Amino acid sequence: MTVAPTIGVLALQGDVAEHLAVLESLGAPAVKVLSPEHLDAVDGLVLPGGESTTMSKLALRYGLMEPLRKRVAAGMPAYGTCAGMIMLADEILGGTADQQTVGGIDMTVRRNAFGRQSESFEARVPVDGIGEDPFDAVFIRAPWVERVGPEVAVLGSVAGADEAGRIVAVRQGGLMATSFHPELTGDARIHRLFVDIVKGHA
Amino acid sequence: MANNASHSSDNAVGTQRVKRGMAEQLKNGVIMDVVTPEQAKIAEDAGAVAVMALERVPADIRKDGGVARMSDPDMIDGIVEAVSIPVMAKVRIGHFVEAQVLESLGVDFIDESEVLTPADEAYHIDKWAFTVPFVCGATNLGEALRRIAEGAAMIRSKGEAGTGNVVEATRHMRSINGEIKRLGTLDEPELFGAAKELRAPYEIVKEVARLGKLPVPLFSAGGVATPADAALMRQLGAESVFVGSGIFKSGDPAKRADAIVQATLHYEDPAVIARVSRGLGEAMVGINLEDLSDSQRYAERGW
Repeated sequence: MTVAPTIGVLALQGDVAEHLAVLESLGAPAVKVLSPEHLDAVDGLVLPGGESTTMSKLALRYGLMEPLRKRVAAGMPAYGTCAGMIMLADEILGGTADQQTVGGIDMTVRRNAFGRQSESFEARVPVDGIGEDPFDAVFIRAPWVERVGPEVAVLGSVAGADEAGRIVAVRQGGLMATSFHPELTGDARIHRLFVDIVKGHA
Repeated sequence: MANNASHSSDNAVGTQRVKRGMAEQLKNGVIMDVVTPEQAKIAEDAGAVAVMALERVPADIRKDGGVARMSDPDMIDGIVEAVSIPVMAKVRIGHFVEAQVLESLGVDFIDESEVLTPADEAYHIDKWAFTVPFVCGATNLGEALRRIAEGAAMIRSKGEAGTGNVVEATRHMRSINGEIKRLGTLDEPELFGAAKELRAPYEIVKEVARLGKLPVPLFSAGGVATPADAALMRQLGAESVFVGSGIFKSGDPAKRADAIVQATLHYEDPAVIARVSRGLGEAMVGINLEDLSDSQRYAERGW
């Protein structure tokens, strides 16, 4: 019998509890990650939504940025939502001058690309790898992906008029990122895909 | 701005999920009152998750007296331009036109706040009518649930703003969470009775009893002045902390802001709280509640 892998949720700031709840509902043991020691103990990591500038600063202050980069470079699966997508981007636009990221996905992400909160929205987004039914995606001051490298698979884009074709879900090997927040919707399909990635099944 | 193009009609803005979702993103953080773009930068650099733009911090509103209103749009624009993190701003209780103005300015969250002079003695704003999400203060569960029924996407303790005294915020957090716990022990007929006592819609009362928490994030505000105060609020169940006068009325705002962010994150680790509490310089002086006349008690505003 194999032991279920432990998935961490980076708990520097943001909607940590919602991710923990979805992972637990899938039978995946989930723990908060606040220190390099916590990070050592997990098999995969979710980087939640929140404020990416705050997460970046706190990751540097608590000596987590380098260990995060090392684990990601060494192949630890990771999934970032919204601010977490920014954290996993090799390159960002619209960040603060000193904002650093963990990186790992060869992409350029524009922070707050869809606008301020008054422009935050819900939309149905088809996502590769989770079945045919589109995902009820919640975008909060959300980023989008402006450029992807050759290794990156685009899993989903926004339909509709003005931002049609904007990339909002990607995967590169064991790394996955979405502009939107599956943890807010009660639809666990994207988390299930990530758990399968951590288990080496997807 | 090129990137602020409007969305197609397929996309739904201002839904309950989008508003509450925004509140969820601000959890595990600190929201700081700022009165200038420079202060907003200091707050952002310290790791604030959002700033509250206002003309005077509550301590100065107390000192100056008179009617306190929504801030000058120029002042709010200046802060929106200065930082990339979300910007909140305050309107008077019931003043829905001030709220319309703030929404048109593009602020990310509106605080219908007892710190400003109330504009309506009977009604709060119908917050469902807006795309922008609202936070409202509460001293007890009934008040919190009435605000949620009106469309608030976040609740905060009222505390007693501008005093540097955390005692009222403690009272409100204990009251709200104590009443939530009590709801969890009630059966169906008793929940109808509780709804009547709380003067809140039965459906929301029932939801809170089932969830064991509010259906929106619960933050704390009002009198937080030190890292230990912020950690106290977290341990009492606040998911984030608002700090008003406590930072920029202190001797070394940048250092104190940083310390409060760290204590809010590591609220269960006394060693971290001790470390960040060292050498912070003067805290704001603070006011004892007994020294406030009834008309100066902001927590009693709101209905």
